[in-house]
This record gives sequence, C-alpha cells and structure tokens, in this order.
Amino acid sequence: MSGIPHDHYEPKSGGEKWLHKRLPIVGLLYDTIMIPTPKNLNWMWIWGIVLTFCLVLQIITGIVLVMHYTPDTNLAFASVEHIMRNVNGGHFIRYLHMNGASLFFIAVYAHIFRSLYYGSYKAPREVTWIIGILIYLLMMGTAFMGYVLPWGQMSFWGATVITGLFGAIPFIGEPIQTWLLGGPAVDNATLTRFFSLHYLFPFIIAGLTMVHIWAFHTTGNNNPTGVEVRRTSKAEAEKDTVPFWPYYVIKDLFALAVIFAVFFAIVGFMPNYLGHPDNYIEANPLATPAHIVPEWYFLPFYAILRAFTSEVWIVQFFSFITGGIIDAKFFGVLAMFGAIAVMALAPWLDTSSVRSARYRPQLKWWFWLLVIDFFALMWLGAMPAEEPYATFSLIASAYWFAYFLVILPLLGVIEKPLPVPATIEEDFEAHKSATGGTKTLPDATPAE
Amino acid sequence: MFKKLTLAGLLGLGLTSGAFAAGGEGHTEDYAFSFEGPFGTWDEAQLQRGLQVYTEICSACHGMQYVPIRTLEQLGYSEEQVIAYAESFPVIDPASNPELVDPDTGDVATLKPTDHFPANNALNAPDLSLMAKARAGFHGPYGLGLNQLFNGMGGAEYIASLLTHYTGDDKTEAGAVLYENTTYGGYFGMAPPLYGDDVVYADGTPATVEQEAKDVAAFLMWAAEPKMMERQQAGFVGVFFLVVLSVLLYLVNKRIWRPIKYGTKA
Ligand code: HEC
Repeated sequence: MSGIPHDHYEPKSGGEKWLHKRLPIVGLLYDTIMIPTPKNLNWMWIWGIVLTFCLVLQIITGIVLVMHYTPDTNLAFASVEHIMRNVNGGHFIRYLHMNGASLFFIAVYAHIFRSLYYGSYKAPREVTWIIGILIYLLMMGTAFMGYVLPWGQMSFWGATVITGLFGAIPFIGEPIQTWLLGGPAVDNATLTRFFSLHYLFPFIIAGLTMVHIWAFHTTGNNNPTGVEVRRTSKAEAEKDTVPFWPYYVIKDLFALAVIFAVFFAIVGFMPNYLGHPDNYIEANPLATPAHIVPEWYFLPFYAILRAFTSEVWIVQFFSFITGGIIDAKFFGVLAMFGAIAVMALAPWLDTSSVRSARYRPQLKWWFWLLVIDFFALMWLGAMPAEEPYATFSLIASAYWFAYFLVILPLLGVIEKPLPVPATIEEDFEAHKSATGGTKTLPDATPAE
Repeated sequence: MFKKLTLAGLLGLGLTSGAFAAGGEGHTEDYAFSFEGPFGTWDEAQLQRGLQVYTEICSACHGMQYVPIRTLEQLGYSEEQVIAYAESFPVIDPASNPELVDPDTGDVATLKPTDHFPANNALNAPDLSLMAKARAGFHGPYGLGLNQLFNGMGGAEYIASLLTHYTGDDKTEAGAVLYENTTYGGYFGMAPPLYGDDVVYADGTPATVEQEAKDVAAFLMWAAEPKMMERQQAGFVGVFFLVVLSVLLYLVNKRIWRPIKYGTKA
C-alpha cells in the first residue's frame, strides 16, 4: 500500500497460498501492521490510536445501552434511570459512554493541533486531512444527538437552540428546521430520529477512519521534522523508519494504558465533572434553564457563533449589501461553520515550503497563540453573552480566522525558515545525542 | 510540544467545561460528608436518619419517583422492613383485583404497594430522586471549574446548606409566598421545612436543624447515586490494572526501542 519500499507478505504454507490467491486479506493486514513508520515520531503521534479506541469503546458501550434505553419522550429519562439503577453494571457503562465522548474530543483536538503544528495537512496529505475534518464533523453531529437522548433539560434546550441555527438560513431555514425536527418543535419525532442517526453515524465514522488510514498509509506518516522518508531504495528507507509492529504498537499501547488509567479515575470518582447538572432534570418544554450551555467540546465554536451580533460592523456591512438577507443570526451560523471550513482549507492556505513549525520561527508563535485562542474561545463560550465577554469573543473569533486566512498565506512569503535536516535519520541521531542517549547506555538490562 | 499541549489541555478542560459555567449567586456551605472523595463510604445510620426525615417531612410535598423502594435494603434494612415500609405508600391499581369497587365511580380498584417511591409535586415541589446531582453547590472561580475539581459537584452540600440558610425574610409575589435563602441566592417557593426536633431519631441523635439537613442531604445523595460505592470500586480496579499494564508496557517499550536508539542488542 505504502509508497515506501519495504518487504511484502509472502504466503508460505499451502493453506496461506490457497487463501492468498482467493483473498489476499492476510497480506493486507500484514502490510498494514508492518508499514514502515518514521522512527522519530514523538508522543503527539499517539492520538490516532487513542481515537480508534474511543470509537470502539463508544460503539461497544453504546450497543449495550441501546438494549435498555427507550427512545420516547415519556420514557427516555426514566429508562436512563433504569440503566443507572437496575441494569447490571449499567451505571458504569453509562458513565463510560458519557465520559468517553469527552475523551474522544480531547483526543481529536490534540490530534488536530498536532497536525497544524507539524504541517501534517500539507501536500501530499490533503486528502487525509479533509477526511479527518469530515470525521470530526460527524463526531460533532453524533455527540450532539447523543446528548439529546437522556432527555434532560440541557438535552432538550440544547437541541432547541442548535436546530434553531438552521432556522436562521434565509428563506429555506424554517422548512429545513421543521424537516430536521420532524415537527415544529423538539419532540418525540426529534428524539427518535436522533436516536436512529446517533446509532448510524459511528459506523460511518468507522468507515471514514479506514479511508483516513488508507490515505496516510499511501503517503506515509508525517513526522516532527516534516521531512519525507527516503524512498529510493529499501536500504535507505530502513534508515528512516521502523515497522509499525512492534515499535509503535507497543508505544501506542503504553500511551493508551496511561490515558485510560486517568480516564477510569474520572469515570470512577467524578463522572459528572464534565457534565451539566441541569441534565439530571427531566426535559420540560415550559421551563427554560437560566443558562443554556453546550457540552465543553462545542464551546469554542459556540463562542464564534455568538460573537457576531448586530452591533458588529462587519455584520452590519453584510446585512446592508445583501439587503438584510444575511442578518446577525445567519452571519453567526456562517461564521461557526466557516471557522471549520477555513481549517479544512489549511493545505491550500499555507504557502510555506516547510512543513514542520519546528523550523518555522514565526509560525511557532502564531500557532501557540492559536492554541491559547482556542481555549479562550472555549471559556468564552461558557460565559453569559454580555460585556466584556462579547468583545473578547469577537477578538478571539477574529484571530481564529486571521490565523488561517491571513497568517498562513502571508508567513509562507515573509518568514525565513530555519535549516531543515536532510533526513529523518539525521534528526533521529541528533536528537539522541541531545538527550545524552549515546553517551550512557541504559543500565538495568534485564538478565536473559 | 506534547507536555505543553497536555498541560494546556488539562487546564483548559477544567477552565471551561459546561458544568461550572453557570454559576448561581447563592453561597453553599461546604458540609463534610462521609461519602466524599475516592475513599468515601456511606454512613448507614445517617442514611437511615435521612430516610426518616424525607418520609416524615419532605415527602409531604416532594416525590421521589425514580427510586425503587426495594433498594432501601442497601441502607441496612431487612426485606421485611422494606416491605412494611412500601406498604405505607398504597396506590390504586385499577387493572387488578376485581373484589374492590370504587364507591364513587364504580371502577374496579384495589390497594397494592408500589415498587417506587410515589411521585408528588404538591405546590410544584420538584422530584427529589436526582436532586443531589441536579444542583451544583460549587462553582468557578471565573468559570474555571477548579472548585468542583477539588471539592466535588456539591449537590449534597447544596441541599444541606439550602435547608439551613433561610434568612427568615419572606415576600408575597403574584399570590405566592417566597422565602429568602442565601444558598438559593434569593427568594424561592419552599417554606423552611425544618425547625429542629421535627423528627425523633431512633438512635438518639439530637435532631437539630443542621443534623436533619445533613442527614436528609446524605440520603438524597444516595437516592441520586445509589451505585456510588460500586462505581468507585470499579474505578479502583480499572485504575489499578491500567497502571500495572502501563508499567509493563513502559518496560517492554523501552526494551524494544533500545537497539533502535542505542544500537545495542536487547
Ligand atoms: C410544604 C411543602 C414542602 C416541604 C415539606 C418541603 N419542600 Fe422542598 N420545595 C417545595 C417547593 C414548593 C419547592 C419549589 C420552590 C421553588 O422552586 O420556588 C421546593 C424546592 C426544593 C428544593 C430545590 C431548590 C432549588 O434549588 O430549586 C430542594 C433541594 C428541596 N425542596 C428539598 C427539600 C427537603 C430536603 C425537604 C425535607 C426536609 C423539603 N424540601 C420539604 C416544597 C416543600
């Protein structure tokens, strides 16, 4: 599969040969698991495996929950309580699923920022990047619909607010909203379709994940230097890479075990820390909660949505030139989706010839500002829509767009990159001596 | 890069998760409970006293419809005691016994014990089944969520504090009497339910307002999260095995990478 030269699977026994002629599945698995991987990958390259495990965890716990859950506005809340009180281990499975969503998003944000820092999105990995963005969008859809299922107050009002966004689209907005909800308001029809799609989407994500992996196995992994693996000969490629098994499988499993230890501590000792208390109150269409706050992982984009009020000049400008078709509400929706769209376009907006921010002295600073910006937006998304938060949100939103639309294109022209190592091997060797690895051999070699 | 991001991530998560964003204006007093922290356990005697307060006082207005009565055995009661308790909540089941006929309507009816605490919303009092998880006593600071990280969500503290922090002031609004409460952070519709010696505890504990409040709050925490101890235990088992696994994988990882990194044989 990979363009990097390496040994391929050779069926040996008669049975293997028989199968290989008919279905080369063992070969496919072998090539996938033995894929040459840059040997200088750092700890930020673990998130892909974490994400895969999250998907598996969510699907398995989800399937069990579905066995006991009832998608009906009169029964949903009680059926979740039934899971929490009567189903064997139900309380733990439910908390795993609930917090699993948070772990999923922590991992996906780390994964995305890793790609932004090391330029993993740049050619030739644009397709991997775009599929990744699609997966991320589907994740958001899945998580949003899943949050509606327990039918608590935040479920109901969150769904009302978010589907209301579609109502902001001019002319066709309201019919679309009604079509999405299955009626004029969030009700039983909404709950049942969200349940159905919440079950479906993860399998689409699983399919896209395979395509995502296929894509980057075709181009080869990026790595902290952003320098490509040498491919002229197998011998050269082997100096830059190690096979995925066992080197990265074990490393990833170690990282996974550590992360899951923390995850289990959260599930075991503070499972509601990341949730909202209001969701333990059954949905009541007649009582609006004081603050409707989305889940933490939506907050940055929620802040962007709310930042563009009718007082902002750019909103007034667009409203004026479109004769009022683009009002503040619709502008906010466009900004929110636009914030993800500009990220998706990063491969074409970034004009630099150097991939990794390690060798881009200016980008480094802008990147860390973007990370801070992201957390600032997250915080602002949870704050009430009033001053000074409104102004802060506007500034933070503006930076988000500026990073992708102005900084990435401009820096490629004005920035003077540092010298990039010629090969991955060179970087790997340099890194070793920097940490003193070559000088002192590790002690405590286990007896053989 | 990794360390910086992880740190930023942890901080950011704490900073902004939805739960602590919506802060109340009220102040919750941080009462100590036996079930707090990873090593916490239920105080069975306290839960029993709390059940008594709920039954004799709160249940007049509040229901607890999601809590199965049979689960009271967890509080140290025998099956017979629980059945006897359940019999104090008779409900009409129109579908069964044909021997009883309702004198007013002529409908067939019978009395049978319920399996759950009854629902009740007299005077619009909310159901208390999940109250201890539906309120957060601790917030912030500044939407940062640190208080909840270190002190817990504070649901039980909120209830205990609510019951003990009436100012004695009240006002009438749209025909309803509202009572000032510093934990609620303003006026709300529940008259002070506790005055001291509202119940007589079988174990001789003096029934002060604070004692009753803490007892019923602990009981309501149990009602909202009856599997808390099982959950913590599963957490410990999970963390233990994962830590052991981490150590083993760390050693394996170090060993298989050694030849790659140092050119020595393993
Ligand atoms: C006389 C009826 C009555 C009794 C007895 C009563 N309550 Fe209430 N309670 C109410 C009403 C009514 C409300 C709703 C008040 C409102 O929302 O304005 C309420 C609300 C509450 C709330 C929610 C406060 C909030 O944050 O919204 C809690 C907690 C509570 N009661 C606990 C208790 C406990 C514990 C007891 C027993 C010690 C009790 N109540 C006894 C009538 C009662």
